[in-house]
Amino acid sequence: MDDGVRRETGGYIGQSVPRREDKNLLLGQANFVADMQLPGMVHAAFARSPLPHAKILSVDVTAARAMEGVVFAASGDDVMVALPPINGMQVVTPQGWRDRVDTDILIPDQPLIPNDKLRYVGEAYALVVADSRYIAEDALELIEPDLEPLQPLADAESALADDAPLLHEHLGRNVAAFLHTKKGAGGAAMENVPHRISRRFVHHRYAAMPMECRGVVADYDTRTDTLNVWSSTQVVHWVRREVATALGMPEERVRCIAPDVGGGFGGKGHVYPEDILVAWLAREIGRPVKWIEDRHEHILNAAHSRDNIYDVEIGFDDEGKILALTSSFLVDSGAYTPVGAGIAGNSIAHMLGPYHIENYETDCRVVLTNRTPNAPYRGAGRPEVGFAMERSVDLVANYLGLDPAEVRFRNMIPPEDMPYEVGLTYRDGVPMVYDSGDYPKALRRALEELGGLEAIRKRQKEALAEGRYIGLGLGCYVEGTGVGPFEGATVKIDPTGKIMVAAGACPQGQGHETIFAQFAADMWQVPIEDVYVTVADTGHVSQGYGTIASRSTVTASGAIKLATDEVHQKVFAIAANMLETAEADLELRDAGVGVKGVPDMHLSYRDIATAAKPGWGHQRPEGVVAGLESTSYYEPPTVTWSYAANASLVEVDVETGQIRIEKYVEVHDAGVLVNPKLADGQVKGGLVQGLGGALLEELAYDDQGQLLTGSFADYLMPTASDVPPLSVVHQETPSPLNAFGVKGLGEGGAIAPPVVIANAVCDALRPFRAELNSTPVRWSQVAAFFDRD
Amino acid sequence: MTDTRKITVTVNGERLTGAAEPRMLLVDFLRDELRRTGTHVGCEHGVCGACTVIIDGDAARSCLMFAVQADGAEISTIEGLAANGEMHPLQKLFSEHHALQCGFCTPGMLMTAMDLVHNSKDHSPEAIRTGMSAALCRCTGYVGIIEAVTEYARQVHGDAAVADRDSGENSHG
Repeated sequence: MDDGVRRETGGYIGQSVPRREDKNLLLGQANFVADMQLPGMVHAAFARSPLPHAKILSVDVTAARAMEGVVFAASGDDVMVALPPINGMQVVTPQGWRDRVDTDILIPDQPLIPNDKLRYVGEAYALVVADSRYIAEDALELIEPDLEPLQPLADAESALADDAPLLHEHLGRNVAAFLHTKKGAGGAAMENVPHRISRRFVHHRYAAMPMECRGVVADYDTRTDTLNVWSSTQVVHWVRREVATALGMPEERVRCIAPDVGGGFGGKGHVYPEDILVAWLAREIGRPVKWIEDRHEHILNAAHSRDNIYDVEIGFDDEGKILALTSSFLVDSGAYTPVGAGIAGNSIAHMLGPYHIENYETDCRVVLTNRTPNAPYRGAGRPEVGFAMERSVDLVANYLGLDPAEVRFRNMIPPEDMPYEVGLTYRDGVPMVYDSGDYPKALRRALEELGGLEAIRKRQKEALAEGRYIGLGLGCYVEGTGVGPFEGATVKIDPTGKIMVAAGACPQGQGHETIFAQFAADMWQVPIEDVYVTVADTGHVSQGYGTIASRSTVTASGAIKLATDEVHQKVFAIAANMLETAEADLELRDAGVGVKGVPDMHLSYRDIATAAKPGWGHQRPEGVVAGLESTSYYEPPTVTWSYAANASLVEVDVETGQIRIEKYVEVHDAGVLVNPKLADGQVKGGLVQGLGGALLEELAYDDQGQLLTGSFADYLMPTASDVPPLSVVHQETPSPLNAFGVKGLGEGGAIAPPVVIANAVCDALRPFRAELNSTPVRWSQVAAFFDRD
Repeated sequence: MTDTRKITVTVNGERLTGAAEPRMLLVDFLRDELRRTGTHVGCEHGVCGACTVIIDGDAARSCLMFAVQADGAEISTIEGLAANGEMHPLQKLFSEHHALQCGFCTPGMLMTAMDLVHNSKDHSPEAIRTGMSAALCRCTGYVGIIEAVTEYARQVHGDAAVADRDSGENSHG
């Protein structure tokens, strides 16, 4: 690309710069973990539990170990003596949050391979390493586990029963976390409200389901006592930390790289046992080890998500003004809870959404069951609570005979109240303040995209007269994005004068290499080709956090800016020395520094980098240390608040229950868009995942804790034919919290579709008084409303 | 286990020979034996389409076929699309329309689209959407993919071929 792409006013930020990531991916030259082949590499495979809850009596790996082509085999006994479990608290919650939200948290550690009992279908009980994956899987067949079935805790409610067995005996309970918080008078306010509605809402279990399953390759170098780990992960620095901890190595001697990663969406957002085990195996065996998760393993074993039950009461007046809101909810966390109470923490912080509500009280139990561990997936607690809240708002409208849009407008925080103090504490420990935005405008625009409210209602009425059922569904949300604690970046000027940027972010398709280059090119006033970006490599940034929670654009840009500011200072000091002028007379221009108003007085970054070198002949002024390089950490003051209004028109076929989505609209505000095309792609991709969750995808368990949907034949992913016409409108309200006015947008799209579709179907089936208070929305469920009347 | 056969295939015009057990999947043979890793494995049960390649002229799942079944076959993969250092028009369109994010499904998408555009007679919006449903993408919501494939069909077959026959339908996007 050339300078023509630069915006006259500002540069690259705000331009749909083509992705630098595309070329290798399109030519088939990408490097995913599965593509790696190292000399002498051997292949790991895991034996996984067929039972949800079982006591391990014995696991005999002798025959497997003796098989030709097998180089290593281990049971839980072998692993447990060698390696500690993964600390249950991979994410540390800040004291400020624990002080302001009532918490009682007991997170179990996760054994890498247990030797006492198995707690979900898919949990590993043994592993084999062999010359090929084919042989390794043959050898798994020779492992004889002696398992004694235990009573399964098939779901959250049964795990809470008085006589339920304990999943983790040492905890003394099946609840990993109790959370409680309150605003205003809380539930007590319910006594004085004119109208109250109570309902139960169930948000089912589905998952990130990236097209690339997980995978790990590790290689240990004896001479330097160094481990290289390549993992398909969103958090290379967490993997480095956990591998180093488990193996008793300094973090510096473990390098973790996430090469091309084929989607993550949260499912690769924490450390898994295999990350550590494969690293350990490489050191034990002294050969590179590769493990590639297959799809069946992924569905059984990679984190699931959602799976919440909400009991909500909403109190309101005759005008539809919401006066009080309470909820009590359960999160089915599965057997372990690798990101702690993070999902539930998000839910309690996001329930009030874009509305001004004086009184709110919520409590939550994160329940341990014999299901696959539950971890954040795109939205992470917001789709679940949004479903409960936005269904409730529609119920208020129905009760009062008001339009659901009208009830929303009456309760929304007006733009003149920004910034708005919510009266709750965010997960980062900071009191919540919505920083900017215009919520009613977003909803108005969403309705306009569908022709306007009046026209929609008119059409609906006319259709009904013809026996056709058309419905409007709405869903609004706010989303805290760009959460801390920090992100790291290193910025250098290379001796060649090129700008080198490394950030702790770990993209999985978002286009970070492109957008970080956009930031840096503008900060340095260089053509974007002069910026080289490295991500997802602990060897390039000392401390990093990773790409989860819609955070990288906000936090990495902050870190790149801090590091750049420091290098700028040195560049100016050295240039002033060389040009014998005052720093105040200098400006960045034309890939270097020049004297303002004097075109000939200019030094390139290459000149300045040469002058900055240590040694003879340097041209640094006194007190300026050698080198043009800085590593900085951005610690955001708190989150930036993205938000959206969603609206959709659906038609329900009363013969079959089929739901046809005529159009789906999201008006989304993520502040300044760095690359509008990529931003648009993020939101649309998220919407389709949300629609998959609303209508197709389900990780279904039977009442014995067996997963029933273990392949893509049963777990239905949306295809191109399932996608309705999508319209995404970007409303750009700059965030006042950071230099670029940016907010996060990775997750937003996936938040609203489940409730929007449920609301739309209920609206279409108003004549049948339909209420859909659970997901997924099923044709059979819909058809049942017609049979009822 | 050591019962391997010598398999010869022509991959993107290049004649290649390798050893495969009778049970070895074609996709594993391509990736691990011939080191052509552009073709991906997403599910190993024929649903996701990431492993789609063109075998003797037709798109096929290389995870549902044994390498021994492909002995002597002509196979086209993602690595063969670009020529003389120039991206294939379809590859360029994928980039222009932001039809890829993580890029993991892209090999299967490109080969599915090549088959659809060159082997199928119907290139209406509905046919393209149905045809591209043979492969799963988790990132893009298919928006850019459908745009790119439609544009490619237009380039190959002309405007009329991709016209919406049911004018009442909204264009997707």
